[in-house]
Amino acid sequence: MALSYKRRQFFRQLTGLLAAVCLPVPLAYARWPEAHYAASPLDATLKQLFNDTMIEPSDQIDINVPLIAENGAVVPVTVNVALPAVQKIYLLVEKNPVPLVAEFALSEKMQAVVSARVKMAQTSDVWVIAETAAGLYKASTTVKVTIGGCGG
Amino acid sequence: MSSIKIRARLLGEAIQIRILIVHPMETGRTLEPQTQQSLAAHFIQTMTVRHNGEVIVQADMGSGISKDPYFAFMLNGGQLGDTISVDWSDNRGQHDSASETVK
Repeated sequence: MALSYKRRQFFRQLTGLLAAVCLPVPLAYARWPEAHYAASPLDATLKQLFNDTMIEPSDQIDINVPLIAENGAVVPVTVNVALPAVQKIYLLVEKNPVPLVAEFALSEKMQAVVSARVKMAQTSDVWVIAETAAGLYKASTTVKVTIGGCGG
Repeated sequence: MSSIKIRARLLGEAIQIRILIVHPMETGRTLEPQTQQSLAAHFIQTMTVRHNGEVIVQADMGSGISKDPYFAFMLNGGQLGDTISVDWSDNRGQHDSASETVK
């Protein structure tokens, strides 16, 4: 009897321990929208992100990038959105294996200005999509990547 | 030592927040030259920026962000001595956090 009691207690403790070890990882993963970062063409990524919601071109989105990037591993990007009530800014590189680079959800205290450094596999368009209270807006610009100095 | 460096500077009416994180940001597609084996993916997935404890930026990212990620944001309002804090977590469940006062 004494043995089976100990065994039961042991399994109870083991279950608790397993739960403690396993739980934090799925929780940490849960917040990251894995499907958004699938290796797929840009069209498929946009469909995944916005379904078929209309995305209007806008000249109120300024994308500041170098015209020519000597090193595709580090391309500085600064986005400045002059639209009202910007809630989220999406940064995409069309020809990367995974087109979506990052999504920034901004509180209303933030200016719609974001800087980051992105990787570019090859010469490609950089896309910015701004999610505002009034809908989705997009803009894009080309960055020429000259890895190896061959003039890409 | 923390993997995160934060600079928060009052510029007129706004606070400029600059964040530098030391992280490999491996895509999982890079081949190791000697073995021709791909290096395992290791990249930051989420980053949260807080102003006096209130979330101001919630960022999700993939491995398309460069090694040792740099971000800059502009916060309206706020004042000297406010606290800006940053935390990140990556695809291996590692995480780190740091905070800095506005100067």
